[in-house]
Amino acid sequence: MAYDYTPFPYVAPPGLTGTEPRHAVAIVGAGPIGLAMAVDLAQRGIRSVVLDDNNVVSVGSRAICWSKRTLEIFDRLGIGQRMLEKGVTWKVGRQFYGDREVYNFDLLPEDGHKYPAFINLQQYYVEEYLVARAGEFPELIDLRFKNKVVGHQDKGDFVALQIETPDGEYQIEADYLIACDGAGSATRQRMGLEFSGQTFEEQFLIADIEMEQSPFGDEDVPERWFWFDPTFHPGKSALLHMQPDNIYRIDLQLDADADGKAEAAEDKVVPRIKAIVGDKPFKLDWVSVYKFRCIKLDQMVHNRVIFVGDSAHVVSPFGARGGNGGIQDVDNLGWKLAAVLTDNAPASLIRTYHQERSHGAAENIKNSSRSTNFMTPKTPIEALFRAEALTLAQDQPFAQKLLNSGRLSVPCSLEGMDLQTPGTAQVAPGRALIDAPLESETGSSWLLNEVQGQFTLVGFGDVVLPDLPSVRRIGINQRADYPCFTATNGHAIRRYGSGKAYLFRPDGHVCAVFDPPTEQSVLAARARALGAELEENAA
Amino acid sequence: MSIAPDRLSPDQDDFYNTLIQAHEGLSEAQSHAMNARLILLMANRIGDLAVLTDLIETARSYADG
Repeated sequence: MAYDYTPFPYVAPPGLTGTEPRHAVAIVGAGPIGLAMAVDLAQRGIRSVVLDDNNVVSVGSRAICWSKRTLEIFDRLGIGQRMLEKGVTWKVGRQFYGDREVYNFDLLPEDGHKYPAFINLQQYYVEEYLVARAGEFPELIDLRFKNKVVGHQDKGDFVALQIETPDGEYQIEADYLIACDGAGSATRQRMGLEFSGQTFEEQFLIADIEMEQSPFGDEDVPERWFWFDPTFHPGKSALLHMQPDNIYRIDLQLDADADGKAEAAEDKVVPRIKAIVGDKPFKLDWVSVYKFRCIKLDQMVHNRVIFVGDSAHVVSPFGARGGNGGIQDVDNLGWKLAAVLTDNAPASLIRTYHQERSHGAAENIKNSSRSTNFMTPKTPIEALFRAEALTLAQDQPFAQKLLNSGRLSVPCSLEGMDLQTPGTAQVAPGRALIDAPLESETGSSWLLNEVQGQFTLVGFGDVVLPDLPSVRRIGINQRADYPCFTATNGHAIRRYGSGKAYLFRPDGHVCAVFDPPTEQSVLAARARALGAELEENAA
Repeated sequence: MSIAPDRLSPDQDDFYNTLIQAHEGLSEAQSHAMNARLILLMANRIGDLAVLTDLIETARSYADG
C-alpha cells in the first residue's frame, strides 16, 4: 500500500512575538540526519531546536538500504527494533551478466548479531519513526515545521539565524548550528563553500513499484539483484530491491544524453518496468531521474557551524553509503558536542569530528566512485576489461571479486587517529564494536546494548577491571562486583579474545585496549578520547 | 585450463582502478599496445613456462564462450 503523507502541524514559534533565550543547538533540516541528531543530543540531555522548511516526510523511498552499523546506532537512538520489524531483511546479493547469474554473496554468514547485514526500509518510515521518537523528548526537542532558515551569521561564540514562517520572519541565536539540510544545503551555499568533485554523466531512472506478485522470479526472495547488460535493458545496468508494503525499487541506467523529463514520464517508464517484471500487474508509486556526484567539503566544521550528512558529502547511491554515512556522522558528533556543551571536553574535540568523519566520507566516495566507474565504462577499453572480467567470473573466484556493483557500506575504522590510544587487539582501537550475544542471571542482552551511549570498560575473560567513577564497567566470562555476563556460545570471547580489557567510546568505537588495565591507564585513555591530548590543548 | 585461487582480494578494487586509470588519455590502439606490453612484462615476472602455458590456454578456453 502506498504511503500516506500526512503533514506535520505548524505551530507559530515563540520568536515571532518575543526574544527566545539562546538555544544550545539549532539543527537545520528534519530529514533522517537532522532528526537523529536531535534524538542523540536529547538522550544526552542536550536541548535543540530543529528547523525545517517543509512539513511532510520525504516523498519517495529515497534512502532504503540501512546497514548493520546504522541499525546498531538507531538501536541506541530507540528506533532500531521498530525499523527491523518493519523492514525487509536481506543478506544475499546476486549479480547477473545478461540473464546468467555470475556471482552471489552472503553478507552476514555468521550468527550471534542483534542486527542483520542490511534491511530495506523507505526513508519516509525512518523519518516517521524519528519524529515519533523526538516527540518523547518534549522538553528537549523543539521541532518546528514550516520554519525556513533564510540567513545565518557566525558571531564567533554563537550563531544568529533568520527564519521565515507562514506568519512572518523571526530571529534566534544558538551556540552551535548543525547543517543537516542535505545535498543542496542552503547553509553551505550561503557560506560560499567550495563543493565540487566528480559528476557522473550517466543518468539513472529510479522507480518504486507496488505489486502483489514478486518480481524476483517465482520465489519471493528478499535479495539484491544487479544486472550488467541484461537482455531486458541491453548495454546498461539494472538493480532490483524489495521494500516493505509490496514495494519494489528498480534502478535503471540511462544514456548520458537521455532527456530526464521524458524518461520520467509514465508512458516511457511503464514499458521499461514491464520488460523486467513481465505481465505481472504493478502500479507506479514514485519515479525520479537523477545524475550523481561524488563530493565532500574540505572542512566539515566551520567554527560554530557543523555540517552533517549530505550537506557535507554526497556519493553515488551504489553501495548504500549516503544515509549510512550520515548516521555515522551523527553518532560521531553527538557525544562530542554534548561533552563540549557540558564542559566535559575542550571545544577542540569537535574538530576531531572532521578528522574522523572526513576520513569516512573519503572512503565512501572512493568506493562509490569505483563502483560507478565499473558500472558505466567510459571507453572501449574499459568496456572490454569489464566484459572479460564478467566472462572470467563464470568460474574464476578472483574475477567474481572484481565485479563491482557497489561495495556495500561497512563500519568506518578510526584506527590511528588522535583520540585513540595506540594498541593491538583483535578489534583494534578505532574500530566499531562487533556485536555479540550475552547472558546474565537477569536475562539475555547484546554487547551493543551494554557499551553504546557512555564510556564503557569491558573485561573479556580473565582480567580485573579497576574501579573508576566516570567509566561504566562490565565483565564477560568473569565474576566481579560489577555487572557480569556470559558470552553466549562463546561469540564475544572469540571476537575480542580473552584476558584483555577494551575501552569503548560512547559511539561504540574501541578507543583503547589494556592487558591488564590500571586506573591510570584507563583514565588517561578516556581523557585522550575526550580531547585532552589534542595539540591546541597542550599546555 | 585451470581455476586459480583468488590472490587479489582485498586489494582487487585498488588494482582494477590502477589498471583502468593507466589507460586514461590513450587511443584505443595505444591501449591495446599497452595491454600487450603489460602481458609480456607479467610473463617475464612469472617466469615459468608451464604456468604461462596454462594461463594462455585458460584465457583461450573462454574464447568461444
